Amino acid sequence: MAAKQQRPPRQEMPTRSAEERRACFDEVALGYALEIAQLEATRCLQCKKATCVDGCPVQVRIPEFILALREGDMWGAVEALKDKNSLPAICGRVCPQETQCEIACVLSRRGEPVAIGRLERYVADWERQQGMRAPEPAAATGKRVCIVGSGPAGLTAAGDLAKRGHHVTMLESLHLPGGVLMYGIPEFRLPKDVVQAEIGYVQDLGVEIQCDAVVGKLYTLRELVEAYDAVFLGTGAGLPMMMRIPGENLNGVYSANELLTRTNLMKGYLFPEWDTPVKVGNKVAVVGAGNVAMDAARCSLRLGAEEVHIVYRRSREEVPARAEEVHHAEEEGIIFDFLTNPIEVLGNGEGWVSGLKCIRMELGEPDDSGRRRPVPIEGSEYTIEMDTVVMALGTRPNPLVFADAPGLERTRWGTVACDETTGRTRMERVWAGGDIVTGAATVISAMGAGRIAATDMDAFLSEPDQPWERAEPADAEA
Amino acid sequence: MHLGRELVYDIVRKRVLGPQTKEYDVLAPEVARKAQAGQFVVLRVSERGERIPLTIADYSREAGTITIVVQEVGKSSMQLGRMAEGDTLASFTGPLGLPTEIERYGTCVVVGGGLGIAPIYPICRSLREAGNEVIGIIGARNVDLLFWEERMRQVTDELIVCTDDGSYGRKALVTVPVEELHTEGRQIDQAWAIGPAIMMKFVALTTKKFGTKTIVSLNSIMVDGTGMCGACRVEVGGETKFACVDGPEFDGHRVDWDLLMSRQRMYTDMEKVAVEAYQAELQASTVKEA
Repeated sequence: MAAKQQRPPRQEMPTRSAEERRACFDEVALGYALEIAQLEATRCLQCKKATCVDGCPVQVRIPEFILALREGDMWGAVEALKDKNSLPAICGRVCPQETQCEIACVLSRRGEPVAIGRLERYVADWERQQGMRAPEPAAATGKRVCIVGSGPAGLTAAGDLAKRGHHVTMLESLHLPGGVLMYGIPEFRLPKDVVQAEIGYVQDLGVEIQCDAVVGKLYTLRELVEAYDAVFLGTGAGLPMMMRIPGENLNGVYSANELLTRTNLMKGYLFPEWDTPVKVGNKVAVVGAGNVAMDAARCSLRLGAEEVHIVYRRSREEVPARAEEVHHAEEEGIIFDFLTNPIEVLGNGEGWVSGLKCIRMELGEPDDSGRRRPVPIEGSEYTIEMDTVVMALGTRPNPLVFADAPGLERTRWGTVACDETTGRTRMERVWAGGDIVTGAATVISAMGAGRIAATDMDAFLSEPDQPWERAEPADAEA
Repeated sequence: MHLGRELVYDIVRKRVLGPQTKEYDVLAPEVARKAQAGQFVVLRVSERGERIPLTIADYSREAGTITIVVQEVGKSSMQLGRMAEGDTLASFTGPLGLPTEIERYGTCVVVGGGLGIAPIYPICRSLREAGNEVIGIIGARNVDLLFWEERMRQVTDELIVCTDDGSYGRKALVTVPVEELHTEGRQIDQAWAIGPAIMMKFVALTTKKFGTKTIVSLNSIMVDGTGMCGACRVEVGGETKFACVDGPEFDGHRVDWDLLMSRQRMYTDMEKVAVEAYQAELQASTVKEA
C-alpha cells in the first residue's frame, strides 16, 4: 500500500500569535505536544550513517534519542540526548539547526528535514517537567580545573570535565550564571528558568559556580594558573562596538548589549517591580541585522515602541540573522530598511535623540567577507524621526580578562589565538573556546569549542607532563 | 584565594554619618585583597535590585572589609540605608575600574564634595604614603551632608572644610579655596576633585586657569561595570570612553561635563516612579505593622 510509505509532513511548531506576543515577554514557540513529537519522530529514517550527527557541533546521538522518543521510552531519549549535550532545552531553542543537523538530514535533500531541534526541545522540556534526575557522580581524579565565564562554552566544558571526575570551579562576572544566555537572549526566545534549570544540572554534576568574580580584577589569569591544574577561558565577546558617528552619546542611544542586559538579566520589562529601568521611545531604530539586532528590535516592541525599524546597510540577502528570527520579527511588524546606513544621530537640543540621518547604499564589488560591499549613493541622505537608536553592530572580546596573562597571545581582532583542534592557547595550561576565540558566533559553536577543549584538557590532566606544544602562529600580534 | 564557594556579603558595621548618609563595612575579603584607591564596586541590595556602582571609600585587607558610604537619594540607596549590621547584600562585585595613579607629584590638592569625600580619603592616604604633601578640601551643601572630617585630618597635611550655607566651617564653595591656594602663589603640582559633576566641572575650570592637572572620578550611570554595556559612555578629549573600564578617573580638563550631566539625567523620571512606589510600599507595611 502506498499509504504505508507515505511520510507525514514536517510538523509545524505551535507559536503564540503575533498580536499577543507584541505585548508580552512570554515564549513565542510553545513546543510540541507528545503526539506531535512522536509523529514527527516517525519521520526519522534512522540512517545507519547518521549525517545529522556529523552536522552537530557536539555530536548529539540524534537517531537514538528520536527512536526512543518514538517508542515512548522517554528516559531513554533523555539519556541519549544528554550523553553529549548538557544543555538540550537551550540548544533545542536557540541552535541554528537549519545550517547544522537539519541541513545534514537525508530528508532535506528530498524536501523537509526532520525537525530535530523541536524534538530535542520536547525531550528536554519533558525531563524538566518530571524533575531532572541527578547524574551519578564520577570518581574524583583529584585534578582542579577553573572555567572562566559561565556562558555556553564554559558550561559545556565544565559539564564535560565534571563528568570525568575533575573538580570544576566556574567563575562568572555577573551576579547570575549563564552569560549571554541570561543577559543577551530574551525571555521570549529562551526563558530564564529554562537556562537556570540546565545550569542547575551542570551544578548537580559537581560544578561549583562563583558569581561576582571578574577575572582580570578580582583574580588574574596568572593567579588562576597557579591555583589550578588547568584553566579554560570562555568569556565570550562582551564588548559592544559602536559606529563612531556624531550624536552617538545622546540619551536614547543604546548598545544592544545595554538594552538587552537591562531587559533580560535585570528584568527591566518588569520595572518598577524590578528596580532596573529601561527606556524606549515610540520610534526605535536598531542598526544591524544579526540575531542580536532581531532580539533588540523585538524587545523594543515589547517594551512599548510603536514602530521599530531594522536599519541595515546591505540587502535582505546578506542579513546574518537566522531566517526564523527574521520571519518572527516581520510577523511582529518590525520594519526593515535595507541598503540604509546611519551617518549621524540627531538630537533635540536637550540631549535626547530626535532622529537618525541615513544615506542610501548600493551593492558594489564583493569584499573580504565575499559579500558585495555596500557603497553610499552620493546625495541620497535623508532623515527619519527616532526616539531611540540601538547599535547592534557586533561585539568583541572584553580585554579585562587579559590583564596579567603572560604568554597569552591575541589576534589583531582582539580574539585569543589558539589551536582550534585542541583549544590550547599560547599560555601554558590555559585553553579557550567560544566567542573569545571566534568573535561573536552561535551558542552551539561555543558549546562545540567547549567540548573540544574539555576533551583535550582531560587528556592533558591524565598526562600533565606532556609538552605544551605551540600551535601554528595564527595572525598573532601581542 | 578561596574560590568556588558561595559568597556572602555581610554588613559587619554600620555608622550613621548624617540624616541621609550611611557608612558600611562589607565583608568581602577577596575584593579587599585587591582593592586600591580610586576603584569602585557594583552591588545589589536585593534579588530584584539594580546594580549600583559605589566608589571604594576604604578597605582593610586584614579585616577583609570594604567601606562604602551611601547617600539616600533613590530607591536602591534608600533600601541600602535601611539595612543593618548583620544584613547581607545580594551581590558585591569588584574591585572595578582602574586605580588612582599614585606617584610622588609634590604638593597635591584633593577636593571632595558631598559623597565625594568618601573616595578621596584613600586617595589622600595613598598620596601621602607616596611622599606627597596633601592639602585636602572637603565641602558640602550643609553640615548634615558633611562627614569624615577627623578621618580626613589624619591623611592630609592641611584640611580646609567648607559648606555652601556656612552651617559649618567656612561658608564657601570648594572652588574658592582651590582658587586661593593658587593665587597665594603656592606650588600645586596636581589636583583631584571628586563629587557631583557640577562641582567637578567648576573645580576643573578653576584649576585650568592655573594649568594644574586635575583628575576627576566620573560617576556616570552603569549596569555591569565591566565594559559590557556602554551605559557609562563619556567623552574625554573628544573621544568616547567607558567610565567603568577606561576610568573612572580622567583628566578633568578634557571631560565633556555637559554630556556627562545630561546622561546622568537619562532615567530621572523613572527613578522618581521607583521612589514613589517604594515609599508607598513602606507606608503600606508600616500601616500593616501598626
